[in-house]
Amino acid sequence: MSNKVTELYIARDRSMHPPAYAPEYKTSVLRSPRKPLLSLQQSLSEITGPVFGHEDLDPLDNDLLHNARVDNDPIGERIVVHGRVLDHDARPVRGALIEVWQANAGGRYRHVNDHYIAALDPNFSGCGRCITDDSGAYFFRTVKPGPYPWRNRINDWRPAHIHFSLFGRAFVTRLITQMYFEGDPLLPLCPIYNAIPDAGARARLVAPLDTAQTIALDALAYRFDIVLRGTRQTFFENSPGSF
Amino acid sequence: MPIETLKETASQTAGPYLHIGMMPAAAGITGRRKQPGNTLVSAETQGTRVRVEGYVYDGAESLVRDGQLEIWQANAQGKYNHPADTQDKPLDATFKGFGRALTDFKTGLWWFDTIKPGIVPGRRERPMAPHLNLLLFARGINMGLQTRIYFADDAAANAADPVLNLIELPARRDTLIAKRTERDGKVVYQFDIHLQGEKETVFFDI
Repeated sequence: MSNKVTELYIARDRSMHPPAYAPEYKTSVLRSPRKPLLSLQQSLSEITGPVFGHEDLDPLDNDLLHNARVDNDPIGERIVVHGRVLDHDARPVRGALIEVWQANAGGRYRHVNDHYIAALDPNFSGCGRCITDDSGAYFFRTVKPGPYPWRNRINDWRPAHIHFSLFGRAFVTRLITQMYFEGDPLLPLCPIYNAIPDAGARARLVAPLDTAQTIALDALAYRFDIVLRGTRQTFFENSPGSF
Repeated sequence: MPIETLKETASQTAGPYLHIGMMPAAAGITGRRKQPGNTLVSAETQGTRVRVEGYVYDGAESLVRDGQLEIWQANAQGKYNHPADTQDKPLDATFKGFGRALTDFKTGLWWFDTIKPGIVPGRRERPMAPHLNLLLFARGINMGLQTRIYFADDAAANAADPVLNLIELPARRDTLIAKRTERDGKVVYQFDIHLQGEKETVFFDI
């Protein structure tokens, strides 16, 4: 019999997340499970997950100014978005795959299903990826997305935002979220953002302007740090695979 | 007083345009060299080929046609391609075990071409029946929904599965079991997801 130390992930604090049913966000009404979630202890199926590396990326994946360039840079405010991916103990999450997507500077998505009247930008796709380094840091550059109207209540507008999808060390740390911008007057009006009940949790989705990282005469910078679920170590006197 | 730690970043819906970032070709964006898709196998992958497919229904029994499913699974030997899986079993270099599928914009159908995973030990060595771990994202879903897909023809293994046995009502348990069919000589498992209502799928808090 071997003593094995296994890392399990700390439980998710659901009070920090929006509930499934958030009636001001109308689509959630019919797409929210109503029965209690089944609480599950973690097994190998949950503490493992896909691992990605730089070989999975294309060279311009973190450069949205150039990765869809046809004949010019895209129109809009040039920005750098950067930050660190940490776990709950502030340890860096290395090798985390981050996928981002966003509207262009006019608030239009390059998507076959988006028919907003704002123009597409032929030099911008709004699609990017990066992987965190050993300190958990990531960065990409892009243009600041525009706000746009959407069909919810008749006069609802999304604040400017960038979608983030994250893979940490295990499938249980998988997270999709949205980054917002400091000072956006649409934030208090947004039913998606305000579905998060905790004021601190909402505030942590708002990236502050980071003048230290601004590229002079070129691009503003915004900082967005992300926290994924971390592990705790557990002793088990058992054979591999069991805990 | 509990010890203060950093709080997990809040989830937000992936929205209707999630394909741009995660399946750009579907959004109409070309040029990506490598992107996870819904075919997990190559000709060399070991294991029994299966297609798993289905639909996602909302609380009004309407099809969800703007969503994305992700699966994560063990190889045919029951080994995950991840360092935390320390079992003495072989990896299959041709099999990562991760796939992504969209719910078709017109028909709502999603599908994966993969292999049937092997048995993986659960807690205290209790074997878990072959299963695919599933995450569902879509507009209107504020946080990804997690569940598992089991296979109907593993009746004995399913009956002993430690996770399925946590579900008291047999009808609820059946929401996690894909039905086996055959089409043109090919095995097809059918798995419909119901977000709400009488047939609501069991989702997990892990």
